[in-house]
Amino acid sequence: MTLVAASADEPAFVVRLAEFSGPLDLLLTLIREQEIDITDIPISQIADQFVAAIHRLGLNQAADYLDMAARLLRIKVQMLLPRRLEDDEWEDPRAELVRRLLEYEQIREIVGWLVDRATLRADRFARGWAPEAPERPAAPLVLDLPSLLRAVEDVLRGMPQPVLHRVVPRPLDVEGATRRIEGLLAERERFDLRDAFGDAPTIADVISTLLAILELARVGRLHLAQQTPFSPVDVHRGSIDQAA
Amino acid sequence: MDRLTRLLEAALFAAARPVTLDELRRLDPDAAEIDLRAALASLRLRYDEGGHGVELAELADGWQILTRPELADALAQAQLVERPRRLSTAAMETLALIAYRQPVGRLEIEEVRGVAADGVLRLLQDRGLVEVVGRGEGLGRPLLYGTTPLFLELLGLNVLGDLPRVDELAVALTPPAAENAVEGA
Repeated sequence: MTLVAASADEPAFVVRLAEFSGPLDLLLTLIREQEIDITDIPISQIADQFVAAIHRLGLNQAADYLDMAARLLRIKVQMLLPRRLEDDEWEDPRAELVRRLLEYEQIREIVGWLVDRATLRADRFARGWAPEAPERPAAPLVLDLPSLLRAVEDVLRGMPQPVLHRVVPRPLDVEGATRRIEGLLAERERFDLRDAFGDAPTIADVISTLLAILELARVGRLHLAQQTPFSPVDVHRGSIDQAA
Repeated sequence: MDRLTRLLEAALFAAARPVTLDELRRLDPDAAEIDLRAALASLRLRYDEGGHGVELAELADGWQILTRPELADALAQAQLVERPRRLSTAAMETLALIAYRQPVGRLEIEEVRGVAADGVLRLLQDRGLVEVVGRGEGLGRPLLYGTTPLFLELLGLNVLGDLPRVDELAVALTPPAAENAVEGA
């Protein structure tokens, strides 16, 4: 009993979808069930039934069916709008739908014919029928000791080397350079720019130090002075530093 | 049986698919088409009247020896043969559309059926029943599909002209070409 209850709760979306081959199929089935004239569909009634049917069948997740539902509702609205009797321009909004339904019905008739033919043909067998080979399990592995050992070696070689520890010197960043220059400023009132770089500076050290000095100069912690072009640059304490 | 008939019987027995008249002609270059047709007719008659388990069928623009339909159930039950898997309604609808409107593009198929067709088209191509026969005009030069000889074989038809004519169908419908003309006007 629980099984039945569980399956009834499911949306049963996929299974139900197979009942109809598409929205036109469902629509045509509804129309045929009620023996309605296809060229004079009571659109309001059919539209409501269609919407109810896709809801009942759990098809309201299928875009193709929703598209048809929207079309039907639009036609229903168009039919409700008043029109003047002498209006020649007016075209029955159902015309397009009727055309599609007739076209689809023709396809259904052809399908019926094709299925009959295929059924007849399926009763006559040609030569050369061979049963489909059943899926075989994989063949048992055949190997000797040397190849097994080689395989083990391959696996071992492919294993990543464990990374124990690798210490890499971290390049001086701007914050570190700032701290160092502040240290220098605390020691000395003025110093040569080249002293700020330290011994054997890397490119990163130079860039970081320059950025730090420029930033400190900007906020007024130090002043830069150069007497003549290309002469050594003097760095000396700024006034704010003294105030702080 | 004369020699030509025996030759034809051997060829049709040995071949795994319908054999066309052109192929049969290679058996005896001296034989005229009328001789071949006469030999085929006598072979067919021999099978039909001689109480045989097979018959000579004309299909897919060729001839093939097939088992008689009344023996089908016994053969299938003994698992000596297997009926081909039936196609779904969706697949049959798509196949019908392609058969009648070929060469036809995916969009037209979807328009008539009101559902997406790519999955079904792939299935029909996998089963070898339809194939891409060209590219259409217009945006993206869409692929156009047509039926294969295997489609005729599946239905036991000889040529596409054996399909029922549209004006023989109960549902009257203007051909799509005329419709397009009206829409375009």
